[in-house]
Amino acid sequence: MDDLYREVIIEHYKNPGYRGKLDPHDISFADNNPLCGDHIQIDLRVGTDGVVTDARFDGHGCAISQASADLLIESIIGKPLEEIKKLNKESILELLGIELGPVRLKCALLSLKVLKAGVYGLGEASDELVE
Amino acid sequence: MKLNVTEIRKDFPILERETRSGVRLTYLDSTATSQKPLSVIQAMDDFYRRSNANIHRGVHTLAEESTALYESARDRIAKFINAGSARQIIYTRNTTESINLVAYSWARANLKQGDLVILTEMEHHSNLVPWHMLQAERGIELDFITVTEDGVLDLEVYKSLLSRRPKLVSFTHMSNVLGTVNPAAEMIKLAHEVDAIVLVDGAQSVPHLKVDVQALDADFYAFSAHKMCGPTGIGALYGKIELLEAMPPFLGGGDMIKEVKLRSFRANTLPHKFEAGTPAIAEAIGFGAAVDYLTKIGMENISAHEHEITEYALERLEEIPGLKLFGPSADKKGGVAAFTLDGIHPHDVAQILDQDGIAIRAGHHCAQPLHEKFGIPATSRASFYMYNTKEEVDLLVNGIYKVKETFK
Repeated sequence: MDDLYREVIIEHYKNPGYRGKLDPHDISFADNNPLCGDHIQIDLRVGTDGVVTDARFDGHGCAISQASADLLIESIIGKPLEEIKKLNKESILELLGIELGPVRLKCALLSLKVLKAGVYGLGEASDELVE
Repeated sequence: MKLNVTEIRKDFPILERETRSGVRLTYLDSTATSQKPLSVIQAMDDFYRRSNANIHRGVHTLAEESTALYESARDRIAKFINAGSARQIIYTRNTTESINLVAYSWARANLKQGDLVILTEMEHHSNLVPWHMLQAERGIELDFITVTEDGVLDLEVYKSLLSRRPKLVSFTHMSNVLGTVNPAAEMIKLAHEVDAIVLVDGAQSVPHLKVDVQALDADFYAFSAHKMCGPTGIGALYGKIELLEAMPPFLGGGDMIKEVKLRSFRANTLPHKFEAGTPAIAEAIGFGAAVDYLTKIGMENISAHEHEITEYALERLEEIPGLKLFGPSADKKGGVAAFTLDGIHPHDVAQILDQDGIAIRAGHHCAQPLHEKFGIPATSRASFYMYNTKEEVDLLVNGIYKVKETFK
């Protein structure tokens, strides 16, 4: 638990590298965590070969949700959409490098849910997307 | 009489526990649910060990004992809020279900398209959503008493809303976020002057203040056991006899009937008319034990102690740079301190405090519109009950400095 607020997370929360919006973009999707009201929007630019050329996130929430969004965006630039579809809970935990209880896990996974809902062109960011 | 908190704490075994090795629990989340004294735990345990049987129908010894225990709890709950009769206490699952009972039974029988229902901006979702649902179904109109910057209801706005002749006014007696204690008696009197029915959400008031439903002249009053030292899964709705008698039943099934034919039924008398199916029997008995416990300690003593703790907490919290408190001053509120900390999300505040065993709540506390009004997504909330101490407030304050250090 003490590791929860290790430096990398505080650093990405306070000084995110990929916060913002992309205009124009090819994919944009936003959703909330209904439990705590955290909000994440993700914008993607995708090349003709299906590779993500640029990405940004915006929104508000706790350090875990915002840091995990920043780390996620950082990790997907240059990746094909097909690969993004394969990302799951473990991918996020690996990026964060911490263990999380069930409540905070929802904070950490919000950005991936939003990303995958956008990539799949779904109307809603559901839990099944990250299992 | 000044509370002997050291003695009181001994009644709550959970307060002795450690949340991790060497870290004792500091429980500052009683607004969400209170802890339970041994007498409540024992009453429920005794029931299951000795008397457990289904109520009302049986004639054997255990069935009679169970029924007597279940109904005697109702008598004591009625006395606790000074209801005229135990028939006016309907057992429900919680405050939410009590409000829904009024929305489904009374409101669907009495409200039609265009009828106005007045709520407030500080309501818990449980006193908003049932009315949103009725609005969608019936086309009733909703309007809201506004909350001022210092977290109290604007009574001038209320008076002007009343001139539009509402059919129902429904408001919280005490806000679960701001802690504001609303002037319920005055608000009810004003509503009755225009013949509106009044429902009061007492989830936060009954546990902490002396409530007298007859002195208030409330038409309906809803509350939950679990916030007042009782178990989860049981609450109550108080109603005026003539209203309850005129209302159609809520849920249909066993126990709420007098007679059933293949194609029809006759409803039972009060309060059973509204209690379909096997109820939460052990929980009702625990609820009874909870009001016994509160009566023994004395509601005035509990309020006075909480006031002292709250005053101290607000004073100490105010010293912290970057901390912003929400709600009125201590003299206008119950034992709740909701705050934000510059640049640090409430979830992170709660998580870091948890490392020191300090339990507070973070989020919108089921009052999203109120948070939107103040332009914030969430707050951290510490809340106090009879078993909390000034030393625990100090632990909270030290913990918050630690949070700031982590995010420095």
